[in-house]
Amino acid sequence: MNCYSCPGALGSCPIGSMQAIFDGRQREFAFYVVGYLALIGLVVGRFICAWLCLFGLIQELLYKIPTPKLTIPTKVDKPLRYLKYLILIVMVFILPFFIRSEYGVGEPFFCKYICPVGTLEGGIPLVLLNEMLRSTLGWLFRWKFFLLIMCVAASIFIYRPFCKYICPLGAFYGLFQKVSLIRMNVDEDACVNCGKCARTCKMNVDPHTTPNSNECIRCRECVNACPMHALSMGIGSLKNNTVRKQEESL
Amino acid sequence: MKRAIPLKVTLALIPLAIACMAFGIYRGEVATVLAKAINICMECIGLD
Repeated sequence: MNCYSCPGALGSCPIGSMQAIFDGRQREFAFYVVGYLALIGLVVGRFICAWLCLFGLIQELLYKIPTPKLTIPTKVDKPLRYLKYLILIVMVFILPFFIRSEYGVGEPFFCKYICPVGTLEGGIPLVLLNEMLRSTLGWLFRWKFFLLIMCVAASIFIYRPFCKYICPLGAFYGLFQKVSLIRMNVDEDACVNCGKCARTCKMNVDPHTTPNSNECIRCRECVNACPMHALSMGIGSLKNNTVRKQEESL
Repeated sequence: MKRAIPLKVTLALIPLAIACMAFGIYRGEVATVLAKAINICMECIGLD
């Protein structure tokens, strides 16, 4: 997640900056940041989640700790996946836009009250190194620290819980999965319905039936697992049409 | 193999996203992003 503590935030700090523009005095729509995020989403969808996000990596490493793993029942997992959309709409868009202080300035609600990433990547190191900051610690830091501990603990037993249930950036990119340039494709002729792709997917997606699900982070584990090489990731029908035409001409 | 949403839709939306970015740059939003990126956001790290 690009928060201010990442050098990538210099170009476009997505969630934080979106809120910074929404909660500014002018109460403007964040065209630059939304446009940038839409562009990324339109090109690669949630590929960012699997291959670039540092907090995603941290969760994956925690999940590698050898413990029994928890399977969240579908009747709990499925509705809980919508929580990140609620967080995106309410805490990233609505609250920073409408709730104002006496000076006319809003707050970055998601960053301030929920996001554990800033606490981990910025808060804890800064507080450890700076005595003056340590003296300012209050209830907010304790709350954020508690949320971080919960997230870290959950990541040991559940695969990427923050990505599945909380992350508004993943929610935003997920909206573009079905329209992105780079997509997951299923070769129906090669697929034998063995179900190996669904069993391999740790995001609980069935790549055979919903290859471009909003929940897919495009990690390609299913592509590697498929014994018939029926799954691929590319510029969808462009690639497959070219292959088909070549085969038909032979 | 059928594609749920045609590629042309994607190719039509990309310029729209770029136009959105361009409008934001024109309005000076980049300075806000940079200010957010280079200043420590006390709220983000849990210091109120």
